[in-house]
Amino acid sequence: MSGLLYLIPIALFLGLLGLAAFVWALKSGQFDDLDGAAQRVLLDDEEEDEDRPKAG
Amino acid sequence: MPTALPTCPVPRGPDVPGEPRVEAAPFLRVDPTSGLLRLDLVVEGVHCAACIRRIERALGKLPGVREARVNLTTRRLAVAFEGDPARAGEIVAAVEGLGYRAVPFDPSRLEGGDAAAEKELLLCLAVAGFAAGNIMLLAVSVWSGHFVGMGEATRTFLHWFQALIALPTIAFAGRPFFRSALGALRHGRTNMDVPISLAVILAPTVSLVETIRAGEHAYFDSAVTLLFFLLIGRYLDRRARGAARAAATRLLALRAQAVSRIEPDGTIRPVRPESLEVGQRVLVATGERIGVDGEVVSGRSELDTSLVSGETLPQPVGPGDRVFAGTVNLGPPLEVRVVAVGEGTLLAEIVRLMEAAEQRRSRFVALADRVSRLYAPFVHSLAALTFAGWLFAGAGWHFAVMSAIAVLIITCPCALGLAVPAVQVIAAGRLMKGGTLVKSATALERFARVDTVVFDKTGTLTTGRMSLEAIEGGGRKDLEAAATLARTSRHPLARALAAAAGPGPSATGVEEVAGRGLRWQGPEGEWRLGRRGFAADVEDDGTAGAELWLARPGRPPVRFRFADPLRPDAAEVVAALRARGLELELLSGDRTATVAEVARRLGIDRWRAELAPAEKVARLEELARAGREVAMVGDGLNDAPALAAARVSLSPASAVDVAQTTADAVFQGVKLAPVLEVLEVARRAERLVRQNIALSIAYNLCAVPLAVLGYVTPLVAAIAMSTSSLLVVGNSLRLQLGGRREAPASTSVPARPVGAAA
Repeated sequence: MSGLLYLIPIALFLGLLGLAAFVWALKSGQFDDLDGAAQRVLLDDEEEDEDRPKAG
Repeated sequence: MPTALPTCPVPRGPDVPGEPRVEAAPFLRVDPTSGLLRLDLVVEGVHCAACIRRIERALGKLPGVREARVNLTTRRLAVAFEGDPARAGEIVAAVEGLGYRAVPFDPSRLEGGDAAAEKELLLCLAVAGFAAGNIMLLAVSVWSGHFVGMGEATRTFLHWFQALIALPTIAFAGRPFFRSALGALRHGRTNMDVPISLAVILAPTVSLVETIRAGEHAYFDSAVTLLFFLLIGRYLDRRARGAARAAATRLLALRAQAVSRIEPDGTIRPVRPESLEVGQRVLVATGERIGVDGEVVSGRSELDTSLVSGETLPQPVGPGDRVFAGTVNLGPPLEVRVVAVGEGTLLAEIVRLMEAAEQRRSRFVALADRVSRLYAPFVHSLAALTFAGWLFAGAGWHFAVMSAIAVLIITCPCALGLAVPAVQVIAAGRLMKGGTLVKSATALERFARVDTVVFDKTGTLTTGRMSLEAIEGGGRKDLEAAATLARTSRHPLARALAAAAGPGPSATGVEEVAGRGLRWQGPEGEWRLGRRGFAADVEDDGTAGAELWLARPGRPPVRFRFADPLRPDAAEVVAALRARGLELELLSGDRTATVAEVARRLGIDRWRAELAPAEKVARLEELARAGREVAMVGDGLNDAPALAAARVSLSPASAVDVAQTTADAVFQGVKLAPVLEVLEVARRAERLVRQNIALSIAYNLCAVPLAVLGYVTPLVAAIAMSTSSLLVVGNSLRLQLGGRREAPASTSVPARPVGAAA
């Protein structure tokens, strides 16, 4: 029974951590362009191939 | 390894005549912290990762550009750069060079409070979701504890934890509902949010008391889950409409413009129209939309006034003539003196007419609100009766209060609150795919009741652009000959003639005589293409409409007649509307003969021509007094007051700004079919909304006796509530299943394929 005394607060704390992460993401504009975010995963991070000749 | 990107054809921006490139410099903002210049552009045609990369890379390569980011959702591009403000044009040119149409805009003018409200709802939704999940975890333990014999201490302990999560959550995430409920109460009305707020506040309050007394039942989970469900509905609704409104403002921003002010020293400077003062002079280039109300100082030209007055024929203007914002200069450049700004403009006058019309219009009460006007008092008196009844029967305070609260919770219009938004979100999404943007929350309900459709002619039933109708005294050969001259001109009739002839050679050394026609020295003598008196020595017999004459030495003159063609599917749509039993009417500002002809061809019996904006409003009000539910479809500045006066209104995306912002819905494309589709979807949505409301009321009728008798425990309440909500949402989804016909046409047509995008 006494296990609940610390297990529930731990569970709540972890949940709050998730909520805080979401709020941070929302405030920092990460939900402003959901369509763009879905497409951007396809882009390369590095721009090193900038001068590579275009493939047909 | 480079990632394989989807190949994406670069779309050519819509090539709209009279939409010149907009000067970007007046739209620059200086970032106060970094000192960088910021430019916001609306970009038409971006739709995939390849587009994003293409644009961001091209701009990244420009010297001085610090940041370039495309927002695919809003189709906007934010650029930050340093250096000379004049380089803004370079940035626009770079984007346009890639094949996208880019127009600068002022973000402060476009953003409403929409984005902020949407973010607030999302935050509330997240908090409520977090709380609902955690509370449910504890609640399930309590419920199972009822069966396996949980000790009182443990149960109370778990209840306290639920209270700890629930109370701050409700205080925070319930605000959207509390605000709306308070607003309604302050005006002496009730709406759906009143019973919702009451249940959401009372349930945890009573539960808290129960927890303090170490009681058996607490309703924290019901209150928070309820809030969570309702917020989902609210957020989706807001997002669907926000997306439609954002798309609509984007269409408008694509036409933002700067005007060329002539400075006292003779230099020309692009400025925003708002910054002009009376007496200043502006230069209006060929093909440019006039941005001010003014008087022509010098120059002689023709104006396309179709968006302002509905008149299809170009109007000649010269020094001393009054010109209005929104008209397009078809001929040589004009110098215009500003005679009115702000309140004095034609636009301001139209807006005044609109406001007056809107005030006279009877207020529309949404179905959900009408239901809740009956529902809220009923529910609240039922709860009071339950309380009084049990007390009278001698059941004791505690049991009486708990039963009354159970009634409030079980009748809390959760399903009712979802009944309307669930359907609206799906309906708006469907229409949006077809290119119709529904901006107003109650527009669909109003469309569903329409029994009369009033059309404007120019630009609504017709395309608003001239096309060749007949060649008199000649044939294909003469058309091709005329086209060699016409291809050199920007005049709309010349363009229409060139379009009819198709691609071909153009003559060199063609001279344009302002307001009269084209002249060319050919091998056999002078050719002329233009007005009757200029090209042909024919008496004006009064039939002069939109026409061009071709005169060549030694040959009889050839007459090309033009007309503003109907939208390709206008006849079918009008017939289909009539087949559905709708009354149709045509109100136009154009001349009687033209309007009569269009009405005859479409089979519209009731039409009126040469109407002033106020007369259109008067006619609509007459119809409203006769008890008709009128939908107005129009695009011109002269239609805007009528759009405001009608029960519900629709306008094409080519309409003037003020018409588009007034209209409840905006449709894109050259077809008229969206009018039919909106009415159809609205009617089906209305049916589903009624079914949903009936479903949730029927469910309440079954559950209320249980609550009154005191049989509803928190577990029963949770199950009943979720079931009814799922039922309503499931029923709404049917809108998406049936009646889906052909795949909706894409609004941007790819015209220029590009090789692999890597």
